[in-house]
Amino acid sequence: MKICVLVKEVPDAAVEKRIDASTGRMDRSGEKNLNPYDTHAIEAAMQIKEGGAVPVEEIVAVTMGPDSAVRALHKAVSLGADRSVHLSDPAVAGSDVAATGYALAQTLKRESPDLVLLGQQSDDGECYTIGAVVAEHLGMPSLTQVIKMDVEPEALRCERQAEYGYDTVQVKLPAVISVGDAINEPRYPSLKAIMGAKKKPLDAVTAGDVGIDAGKVGGEHSAAQWTAAKAPPAKAAGQIIEDEDTNETVEQIVAWLDERKLL
Amino acid sequence: MSSHNDSSNDKVVPAAWPPPVDSQKEFVKRGLDPEDELIEVGVAIVGGGTAGLACANRLLQLLADDPETLERLGEVPVAVVEKAKTCGGHNLSGAVMRPGPLQELFPDLTREDWRKEGFAFGEVTKEAVYLTPTSKLSVRIPTPPPFKNHGNEVISVAALARYQQQQAEEAGAYILTETAATQLIVEDGAVVGVRSGDKGRGKDGEPLGNFEPGTDMKAHATVLAEGCWGHLTGAAIKEFNLAEGREPQVWELGVKEVWKVPQPLDRLIHTMGPWPLKLSHKYGQIGGTWIYPMKNEKTGEDLVSIGFVVELEYADATTSAHDLLQTFKTHPLVRKILAGGERVAWGAKALPGGGYWSMPKLSMPGAVLVGDSGGMVDTMALKGVHHCIKSGMLAARSIYAALARGESSLASYEQAIEESSVGKEMWEVRNARQPLQRGLLLGGPLSGIQQITKGRLPGRAAWHRNDETRMFVGKTKDVYPKPDGKYTFDKLSSVFITGNATRDDAPNHIRVQKRVPREIAETWRWMCPAGVYEIPEDAPEHGEVDVIVNYTNCVQCGAITAKGGRLTTPEGGDGPLYQIV
Amino acid sequence: MANILVYALHYEGAINKNSLGAVSEGAKLSAELGGEAHAILVGEGVPQDLAGSLGAYGAKKVLVAEGPEGLAQPVVDAMAAAISSGGYKYALFGGGLLGFEIGAGLAARLGAGVAMEVTAVRAEGGELIAERPILGDSAISEIKYRSEVGIIIGRLNAFEIKESAAGASAPVEQLSFELSPHATQASMITRGEQRGADVDIEGADILVAGGRGLGKAEGFQLAEDLAAAFGGNSAVAATRAVVDAGWYPYAAQIGQTGKTVAPKLYLAAGISGAIQHKVGMQSSENIVAINKDSNAPIFEFSDLGIVGDLNKILPKLTEAVKAKKAS
Repeated sequence: MKICVLVKEVPDAAVEKRIDASTGRMDRSGEKNLNPYDTHAIEAAMQIKEGGAVPVEEIVAVTMGPDSAVRALHKAVSLGADRSVHLSDPAVAGSDVAATGYALAQTLKRESPDLVLLGQQSDDGECYTIGAVVAEHLGMPSLTQVIKMDVEPEALRCERQAEYGYDTVQVKLPAVISVGDAINEPRYPSLKAIMGAKKKPLDAVTAGDVGIDAGKVGGEHSAAQWTAAKAPPAKAAGQIIEDEDTNETVEQIVAWLDERKLL
Repeated sequence: MSSHNDSSNDKVVPAAWPPPVDSQKEFVKRGLDPEDELIEVGVAIVGGGTAGLACANRLLQLLADDPETLERLGEVPVAVVEKAKTCGGHNLSGAVMRPGPLQELFPDLTREDWRKEGFAFGEVTKEAVYLTPTSKLSVRIPTPPPFKNHGNEVISVAALARYQQQQAEEAGAYILTETAATQLIVEDGAVVGVRSGDKGRGKDGEPLGNFEPGTDMKAHATVLAEGCWGHLTGAAIKEFNLAEGREPQVWELGVKEVWKVPQPLDRLIHTMGPWPLKLSHKYGQIGGTWIYPMKNEKTGEDLVSIGFVVELEYADATTSAHDLLQTFKTHPLVRKILAGGERVAWGAKALPGGGYWSMPKLSMPGAVLVGDSGGMVDTMALKGVHHCIKSGMLAARSIYAALARGESSLASYEQAIEESSVGKEMWEVRNARQPLQRGLLLGGPLSGIQQITKGRLPGRAAWHRNDETRMFVGKTKDVYPKPDGKYTFDKLSSVFITGNATRDDAPNHIRVQKRVPREIAETWRWMCPAGVYEIPEDAPEHGEVDVIVNYTNCVQCGAITAKGGRLTTPEGGDGPLYQIV
Repeated sequence: MANILVYALHYEGAINKNSLGAVSEGAKLSAELGGEAHAILVGEGVPQDLAGSLGAYGAKKVLVAEGPEGLAQPVVDAMAAAISSGGYKYALFGGGLLGFEIGAGLAARLGAGVAMEVTAVRAEGGELIAERPILGDSAISEIKYRSEVGIIIGRLNAFEIKESAAGASAPVEQLSFELSPHATQASMITRGEQRGADVDIEGADILVAGGRGLGKAEGFQLAEDLAAAFGGNSAVAATRAVVDAGWYPYAAQIGQTGKTVAPKLYLAAGISGAIQHKVGMQSSENIVAINKDSNAPIFEFSDLGIVGDLNKILPKLTEAVKAKKAS
């Protein structure tokens, strides 16, 4: 089995997120890190490999991003990926989730994976859906928010928390699975693995190399146009009660709730 | 173990309640793991702050011109071990830096380049020193010599370290972030490397599902650049008797904020109190503040760095550097500067204040100490960054010389420090700070005499340890304002903006005795800028109390080590992520 | 004339309430665009009257397609078929997992623009503009569509349910479509399994959340009693601090590393309101906070704040709420 893991470099969770005044888009400068959800995807791939239920020839980390994205790939490799692929091309810069999914799918086609794993969301985009877009372009079944995954011959048995409780779904391979953070506890890379990461093969590709139609990607071609952000409406100041006579206080609370039809 | 009676206002001494830690036993590893399990590097630098990285930067510059020696050092000529997520993440300082050493380190960079890179914020052209006799009054005094800063540069060490990290990586260093060095490896009386910390232990130290043990890192030479009260530095000092014949080290705690302001501040400001500190000798409070203008060339923003520093030898348990900073902000002098602005950063860090006589011996077989780890901070002028850089460079030179010649002794480094600007400046002020232990009124003039004579008066002034002060619960806290969340802030929301991302179930890295007299508990509770120590609601007012340790709040300032506890290295990657402090 | 196709999820004979919200919203918006809102249900033997009931929420027609339930890709096939036969300018989804998966897959299929976590939509110049919060709810971005079809996926509870035509029944039309090969590769083994300790706090209308101020794990009994008194779709939630301390399960945690919620009522007991927690619940419609510390940050953004001892207030409040509901 060949597993491809889609990873993304995102601003560190601790860094204050803000809009870049000049572009009107998210300011992605500053500290960056491998998207935490993707570490769960890599761990899931490693657990399949180490589990032995099915032989895994290689785990390939794939990312689309600027030059700095190689750090995410190094991290992915230190966590166990055998090699990585970096799609870097000015043509894809500024792509929205749909265009990004298309570009990644084209990159993946070249690898012919049996299984594509990714974290179900990224800290910055907050879209939760790139797996579904990639799957559609690859013509593969897809499930998101998977928190348990067992390997069966030619298929996966997955669990996820959906609208009405937990669903168990069998998905035949090849497939695209987006994992939630509850699926596993990612391992820590050993110092040796961290230091050896830079030596693993890294394949840099451009849009042309993987057959991406430049007219379908990039900021100017996005089908959804995002405009500059504004501040959310300010909330009116609230009311404060100092509790002295608890019976009276409680009466006031109930009246307040009743007024708002919360009872 | 101590016989204190429980009457109210009884004074107690933190040193009588030592933390449960045996640094030589726990933090020194005798002997290396087998070859196939360890990693070999040329030079291991523990600590990716300004000093450690300056050493790496310089070392790689020297090695670039000597391919033979470089080759001999193997695949990893220089490795920097840094426990924060990125270099600079745990670094904090005022800071106004003397430009010399950095210019020496990177001669091709101009000061304009420094500002474009985002770690420098303008040359000092105007400065002022004030006294604050009351909460409303400020009196400008002629600038005392140590506070003359003309020509110096306002910088951020957190940002500078990031820049240095980039340079080091480009020059071929392996920067291992999110990695703590937990043990010094000693074999046959010499330091042969360090061991990295385990990852994936639970609250009680038990290995969790994803437990990953640390690794031994064998090195030809080791540089301890751990900053204030370095973890391995402490072990090394004990192991190799590096503090023999020296004065004990003493510490100061600084709490800092960075504000975005509507109009730029036109001058560098220092204040020397006394308000909000108490003049009374009984309180033992010595401290001051700084307010520095910062022009961020990358964003065009006008910023202000403001901080409060207090020596940790104070006796009033309710002394809180964080709250003193909030109090100080209410002074009209400060309100004028910060009004209409927005707080964008907060942080805290302890620094070694003992000066020359407290500096340990700086080299031992196989290793050297640089920067704050070696106590190289001039607390009269509030300057340490340039010493960090200079000492890092001198260490690099000594190490390179030894490696190139195939020698093992690094002792030439000590002489180099003595003869350099570091040694000279530290020597000049070696007795200047100690008189202040007698309080500002008595000690001030004595300190002044030392400064004016530029250290030419003979003698050696003693320090007494911070944790030997008898603590009492006093009235300093009475002036602290109630945080309003817009101008003055509580500790918890301050910790939050540091990006503190300590794992929920990480093991406790703070060693303190859990049951101590109320006065000690109060000391820790007020002192800690991050609100780590709490006293339970139902604890008795007098006598012994249990201390709650919220170690996940810890921003690793190091103050607890000075006053009866011990900060050990948490799991790599934990702690704050300072960016512009 | 622009029509809107609204996805309606159903389960065990009832329509998902986020879908009802989406249908209501679709009806409102399509009217402004001079078009109609049609709903679509996909399932095995979808009851006609269930489908028709969407008329009460403003659907002018309901398409019913035969296909596997609880999976997204068959719905992508069905909706793509409906949309390609013309007339639909927008596809609208209420919050929830399937809405995300279907909407995203559909966007890829049609080459359409898509916005998710949408909190508001408005009609302007014959087009729809969507709004969504970004950067941890600290800013709001607007999305316009350049493609022929625009796809709007709402955030949980974003669209208000409105029975604009109470009692009306919409005409139901069978839609035949073909399943794409990959849509046949996933099969549902078990659907909707409830798991004891797990609590669906994201779907609750009323949340009683407990923090350190509860004092100890047993303190959560007070929160549970109050939630029970409110009844209906109420649940108990917890802050990270107490989940860490083992007082309550992680599934109930709200905050940056837990869940984000936006219930009608969020009652915080013994919670300081530090920002880690705030970002998880600040979009709640009504926030009531009880804390004995008048400086607690939560009082800055609560609608009603009570400074007092929760051990005294909660039990009495529980009784009072029970009494009020009984009356």
